[in-house]
Amino acid sequence: MKTQVPAIEGWFTLDAEKPHLLGSQCTSCSSYFFPRESMFCRNPGCEGREFQEVPLSRSGKIWSYTNNCYAPPKPYMAPDPFVPYAIAAVELADEKMVILGQVAAGTDFDALKVGMEMELVLETLFEDEESEHIVWKWKPTAH
Amino acid sequence: MSNEVAILGVGMHPWGKWGKNFVEYGIVACQQALKDAGVEWKEVQLVSGAETIRNGYPGYVAGATFAQALGWSGARVASSYAACASGATAMNTARAQILAGMCDVALVVGADTTPKGFLAPASGERPDDPDWLRFRLLGATNPTYFAFYARRRMDLFGATDKDFAKVKVKNARHGLTNPNARYKKAFTEEQVLGSAMVADPLRLLEICATSDGAAAVVLTSMDYAKKHTRDPVKIAAISTVTPSYPNTVIEMPNFATDSAASVQLPRAPFRDSIAAAAYEEAGLGPEDLSLAEVYDLSSALELDWYENIGLCKPGEAERLLNDGATTLGGKIPVNPSGGLACFGEAVPAQAIAQVCELTWHIRGQAGERQVEGARVGLSVNQCLFGHGSSVIVTK
Repeated sequence: MKTQVPAIEGWFTLDAEKPHLLGSQCTSCSSYFFPRESMFCRNPGCEGREFQEVPLSRSGKIWSYTNNCYAPPKPYMAPDPFVPYAIAAVELADEKMVILGQVAAGTDFDALKVGMEMELVLETLFEDEESEHIVWKWKPTAH
Repeated sequence: MSNEVAILGVGMHPWGKWGKNFVEYGIVACQQALKDAGVEWKEVQLVSGAETIRNGYPGYVAGATFAQALGWSGARVASSYAACASGATAMNTARAQILAGMCDVALVVGADTTPKGFLAPASGERPDDPDWLRFRLLGATNPTYFAFYARRRMDLFGATDKDFAKVKVKNARHGLTNPNARYKKAFTEEQVLGSAMVADPLRLLEICATSDGAAAVVLTSMDYAKKHTRDPVKIAAISTVTPSYPNTVIEMPNFATDSAASVQLPRAPFRDSIAAAAYEEAGLGPEDLSLAEVYDLSSALELDWYENIGLCKPGEAERLLNDGATTLGGKIPVNPSGGLACFGEAVPAQAIAQVCELTWHIRGQAGERQVEGARVGLSVNQCLFGHGSSVIVTK
């Protein structure tokens, strides 16, 4: 049984049931950032240098989406044979920001629509000899 | 005091794919521009190079590379990289020095030779580089982002596959007689819609290629120009603005937008603000344009540009296209050159090539693709890492 490791450290919680992306919130102006910010607040009107790590909303609405039909170059670890995969840009309601993620396996691409509600899940991005590398993805919210 | 500089000479090496050293293409463009200007290399006081980042060290110091290739002359030098806006930044550097009275004659050049297929990030493991990470974690290619914008036009405005195909058909027709275009071939809507899907809804024939190419301009002070020619074509404005926070339209190579939760949205979104800054500097508006060259990275993106440069309201671009307004012979021809659809992208040369095209039309030298009575042209582009530019060229 392979170990599961995050494809990148510290960007999301490893809770398989209810994962969250981890963003930053400036302690001075409350602006949200993803990926996490640690140096200077990127709100030009703020000189804040301290951030709180915050779990971001788990759901949002599709801002846009696409289906990639060609294998991207490295460093993407494309499976062989290649299978097209969808990517969605999802707008989080509370944080009012759009975050990209692949769409969960098994989703019907033709059913996707701008405005559709999606929730965050974790899935394998790629496997190597030792591990399954896990990444966040978006999945249509079950109703 | 006027902030106009003259475009005294323009030159281009045709776009194509030969894999030669980028310097070879650039020299051809430089010599053509110098000859067109009636200026000798020895008279050039500043060489402003647009960099290529895919050709090693010589590309990073493009200005000096071309100065050395043309023959060290002791001229001032500057090199600029700003992604698709590199050429505009290089022109603006020359313009600023001319307007400051630091020189009278500048040569601006950009050239590239590019690998096949998807543009890939820098090699090696680069977990701090968002451009590396968006490939690693998402498999988000450049067409991924173009497809997002296209899909929104469909779901929000009712744009169709046929609308996007029509842009390619129009541009392909425009490029048929352009000697510098890489692709000189007419397409039907059926052929475009029959090409392979790359990033849904965008197909192969709707996404621009990457090309080798080079363009150069000779910019001078108005005083210098008036001693050499009766009616110098002028640059009235160059915009190289960054986005304003919060930027809520996802942009390459990012994973996420800024958050609009704490700070009020800026007056205009980024692409709109690029052209707006140029209009403001020139004291002109979209109603003054005779023609425009816009960055059709995808055929759908050209429709976004109609709205971003103020030719029509959001959602109305398809109507403008279908009315024939943006076709040669129409009210406001867009991409009479054939656009990226016929050229492909040669990053550092492209913004300069846009200005060469506008110049030819304003001089009445655009041959079979001439826009009648052209007096004011606007070029615009936008790509990644907050880069974009716009130039207004006038009679």
